[in-house]
Amino acid sequence: MGHDYTGAKKIALKTIIILAVVTVVEVLIALTGKGYIVEGYHAPKLLMNSLMISMSIYKAYLIVFEFMHMKYEAKGLMMSVLLPVCLLIWAVIAFLYEGNAWKNNRRVVHDRDKIELTHTPAKTE
Amino acid sequence: MATDTLDQKHTELSTDNGSWEGGEYPFKVGYGKLMIWYFLLSDAFTFAGFLIAYGTLRFSTPTWPVPDYVFRLFPFLDGSHPLLFVTFMTFVLLFSSFTMIRAVQEGHRENRRGIVIWMFLTILGGLGFLGCQAWEWTTLIGKEHMSLTTNPFGAHTEAGIYLGPDGKQSEESFEAHTSYIIHKMDFSADHEAAGHATEGEHAGTGHATEGEHKEEAGAEGGHGGHAYAAPGDYPDAKVDERGYIHRKYIVASGENAGKVMSENFGPKAFGALFFFITGFHGFHVFSGVLFLLTILVNVMGGVYVARRNRNEMVEKIGLYWHFVDLVWVFVFLVFYLL
Repeated sequence: MGHDYTGAKKIALKTIIILAVVTVVEVLIALTGKGYIVEGYHAPKLLMNSLMISMSIYKAYLIVFEFMHMKYEAKGLMMSVLLPVCLLIWAVIAFLYEGNAWKNNRRVVHDRDKIELTHTPAKTE
Repeated sequence: MATDTLDQKHTELSTDNGSWEGGEYPFKVGYGKLMIWYFLLSDAFTFAGFLIAYGTLRFSTPTWPVPDYVFRLFPFLDGSHPLLFVTFMTFVLLFSSFTMIRAVQEGHRENRRGIVIWMFLTILGGLGFLGCQAWEWTTLIGKEHMSLTTNPFGAHTEAGIYLGPDGKQSEESFEAHTSYIIHKMDFSADHEAAGHATEGEHAGTGHATEGEHKEEAGAEGGHGGHAYAAPGDYPDAKVDERGYIHRKYIVASGENAGKVMSENFGPKAFGALFFFITGFHGFHVFSGVLFLLTILVNVMGGVYVARRNRNEMVEKIGLYWHFVDLVWVFVFLVFYLL
């Protein structure tokens, strides 16, 4: 048990250091993407965003598996908690697609409103 | 205290006070621990719902306030420090997550003194985070005049040139996608000040407002500002009834080139989403601090020693606390980084 304890202590320290470093890198990536680090240079948004998203997922993995000890739990417990979370993948894709569709349709609705406005006086006359 | 730590996992479980009556421990954990996992799963869905709503609304509008512009102030420092303060907040929460895991480890080896010290540090971290959030909210509401329904942070869709006080083009131009903040004049405060002052001192009052406004403008990087006496249409800006100053500019690119426009409020949903989601997270931190305090008092009173389950209660609040940190990872990503 004593050995376990020092081992666990080491893992906790290692995990927190990794989490801190990843966070700093994430912030640097965000600032580089917006042109703060290299004067006037805006890194490609898609690349920066996917980097930051994958790093956040890695952070989440570290927190759940090391800090929350999911790694050491029974497989059934792990599956019953983690598998439902996978539903969110589709939720994210579907809703962001939906949001984008709203944006595109806003233009269509706007144009249609204009058409109706120009036609209304003709009808009333 | 550390003498009975050699107990095997299942003998501890068998001395548990019998929540699982079937003789076998489903998933080899106590009832409470399994249930906190399922609670956290449901809570994860709640937060995911909120964050997905944020993403959907963000995708549905042509512009969105840029986080490194919105979150650029730092207490006691002048100028623009994009994302510095929220990074600091993240570190406070990460640190408290580390002290929490140390408390759980001390709990496993029945070291009551260790639990108390590390849990106490965790509570300090939680309170520190809440303090940071209080400052962040105060700045947004009090200084930058953001509210649930008014969002002074916007971004230009086209390039343009601001108009000067004479209604002509000024030196100040901007590119498309440049962020701006709509400043606010406090007319009601002006009237009170004017009421106290004699007529001869009116010019002085106006000057004070100007100075204040300039200071505010300086904090966000040099949008020239000057005082307006009352709401109305000025050559260089429109001032609405609530005192928000919508600066005018000539569009320099796109299909509207050459037109004079005034700055509009940013997407309305931003304020509501920000206050609701960070508020909901902050409320989790707040209740977490209360739970931590309760359990800390119980640990000091030796309540969990009697249960002989290696301080499982400390482990359970630990799970909750790490979850709060986990949620922050995604709030941080969605609100501040992307």
